[in-house]
Amino acid sequence: MTILTETKDGPLVLTPDQIEELGKALDELRARVVADLGDRDREYIYSIIKAQRGFEIAGRGLMYLGFLPPVWLAAVGALSVSKILDNMEIGHNVMHGQYDWMREPDLNSREFEWDTVCPAEQWRHSHNYMHHTFTNIHNKDRDIGYGILRMDESQQWNPLRLGQPLYAFALMMLFEWGVMGHDLEVENIVRGRRSWGEIKKLVKGQWRKAGKQVLKDYLIFPALTGPLFASTLAGNVTANLVRNVWAYSIIFCGHFPTGVQTFTEEETAEETRGEWYVRQMLGSANISGSRLFHIMSGNLSHQIEHHLFPDLPANRYPEMAPEVRALCEKYGLPYNTGPLSKQVASVWWKICKLALPPSLVSSESAPSVIVMRQQKATEVGV
Amino acid sequence: MVDLVDMVQTLTTPHPLDRYLELIRPTLTARRLRAEVTHVRRSTPGSVTLTLRPTRQWRGHTAGQYIQIGVVIDGVRHTRCYSPVNPEGRREKHIQLTIKSHTGGLVSQHLYQHAAPGMVVDLEPAAGTFALPETRPERILLISGGSGITPVLSMLRTLAGEGYQGELTFLYYAKSPVLVPHRAELDAIAQAHNNFRIELRYPGRHAADELEPVTIRSCTEISGAGYFDYDELERVAPWFAEAQTFVCGPQALMDAVRKVYEAEQLGDRLHTEEFTLNFAPVDDTDVHGTVSFSASGVSAANSGTTLLEQAEAAGLSPEYGCRMGICFSCTAVRRTGCTRNVRTGETNSDPDQPIQLCINAPVGDVEIDV
Ligand code: FES
Repeated sequence: MTILTETKDGPLVLTPDQIEELGKALDELRARVVADLGDRDREYIYSIIKAQRGFEIAGRGLMYLGFLPPVWLAAVGALSVSKILDNMEIGHNVMHGQYDWMREPDLNSREFEWDTVCPAEQWRHSHNYMHHTFTNIHNKDRDIGYGILRMDESQQWNPLRLGQPLYAFALMMLFEWGVMGHDLEVENIVRGRRSWGEIKKLVKGQWRKAGKQVLKDYLIFPALTGPLFASTLAGNVTANLVRNVWAYSIIFCGHFPTGVQTFTEEETAEETRGEWYVRQMLGSANISGSRLFHIMSGNLSHQIEHHLFPDLPANRYPEMAPEVRALCEKYGLPYNTGPLSKQVASVWWKICKLALPPSLVSSESAPSVIVMRQQKATEVGV
Repeated sequence: MVDLVDMVQTLTTPHPLDRYLELIRPTLTARRLRAEVTHVRRSTPGSVTLTLRPTRQWRGHTAGQYIQIGVVIDGVRHTRCYSPVNPEGRREKHIQLTIKSHTGGLVSQHLYQHAAPGMVVDLEPAAGTFALPETRPERILLISGGSGITPVLSMLRTLAGEGYQGELTFLYYAKSPVLVPHRAELDAIAQAHNNFRIELRYPGRHAADELEPVTIRSCTEISGAGYFDYDELERVAPWFAEAQTFVCGPQALMDAVRKVYEAEQLGDRLHTEEFTLNFAPVDDTDVHGTVSFSASGVSAANSGTTLLEQAEAAGLSPEYGCRMGICFSCTAVRRTGCTRNVRTGETNSDPDQPIQLCINAPVGDVEIDV
């Protein structure tokens, strides 16, 4: 099997041998990191947890002085940081099984719950399994547009798509609820592909989890500040919003900027391990930034490395990145990265552009890489 | 109390309250049982005695039972079972462990080398059915060897502490006198209790001039004589047929005792504690053994493929997702046995560990919770 990729500078051919070689190099990189896991990684994740708990306690405490505007802002800031750390560098990564090797019951992927309305169990299915196994494969990876948005030219256009920027904005503001609803596959129910019965259990779990979150943030903590109920409520709502906007932005930058590839089921049938790696690299994009920025993004700024090695501790991605990048260069594969501003702009540009009927938009910005596969290289004379 | 914890936990949801408390002090827990090492003593070569102060959830142990402790080594939490050596008692607020460092024993070596006051370990409540009956029998025979002394020593100390009036013999096999743990304590007990007979045996030790029993202080010591057999039993406890006998030690000793008791049809008066060390088999290339899926009561011969495939071949349908080791949907608990990670080639045989079925293959007998 051959992967034929076409770049801006012309077609690029990777022979099966090269793909195999690339796969081996990545396997070796993985093995080296796995062999080195130890105290350092343990200390890292616990230091993040400590920081998260600190910000949370500070945020909740400062709400008692929320009648002073600067203190209210500080409270919201601290609580937002806490929620972002909880969801991204801790929750997302722990639930990927990245710290399962520590055999710490509190950091076990099966046991962990995070500070959002989406039950961990459902997220593990929609994300760890569906998205990470079938990354960017049409009709399989539901993260392409989350069943709401048209994020790829090969998705059909219809007049309802005109409202897409609005839907995207709403999704951004309500992101945790969107993530929660993801596993329900509501659009498949509307289309009659999924029965209501199937989702009963899911809804029950969501009700239980979301109920507790809502009770805590919107009732109990505000009530505990007595006369400041409204101010604390507003603070908690804002912190959840900040987290939503941030998480949405980081996550959309991982797969939707210009240059990221999508695939069809036929293309990816019978994939080898090497080809799986190539798909992960072509299907994700990084964000460049400072160390603090990487931590706040849960190292999803290293989306490429994350997709290659979803079960390795995220704090290792920055040190693996140069090697992954060098491999991309060696084989002529793109390594899609850029500052947050550039990646975010690129995502919103795509959202707006794909809202319009294809006849109105030139496809001048077609993907810079085209992946084609043939059963046998010789048949097409490669 | 529990309700209060539940109420506070509504505020810390989705994280348990303990995840906040432990940041202040690891032993400040609402639910989780932990223990802090308060004293460390290394008086016998190759073994270490730890005194632990458990958190307030500790309910004590019954002499002969074991506990499980969890220790972090190089970032990984390892759990092992040890029997406390201190006497039982409702008001007992500490745990004493004597741990022999085995070659290749990761946890025992770590504790032997690094245990220090202040160290905090995870703890599970005491468990196990190897214990003295509530109404003490009139005659008791305790037999042990090597590090099998721990549960039996707890029994001995418990009986000594409560002023047991019956007849008791304690027979212990060691390689040499310096390797007898808690020697001073044994002497003190022997001295204080005329009805207790404590005999120490060093079968492998050549000491021509010591062939006659030597009673130093109060324990009887014999070097160079044989291992356990019927004659020995007759000599130290001629009343053994009316006694309750408790044995813990190396496999050979257990087998020898069992043989004698079965021949005498006294099997129901013999209580044993299995004393096995789980090491990963050296050779994992040939496929052998049985895989038992304990939750469904199915077992099958090991076919060498991954556990997920073997479970499916056996007609089970465990949960799975990617089948390539990335999604962790297929995680299940390996109760016993050794498995090999087919991606890294690494083998592991720690009991009760969650593993990914799709990338682990059994090496020999494996029991998995599917
Ligand atoms: S099925 Fe995904 S890790 Fe085993």
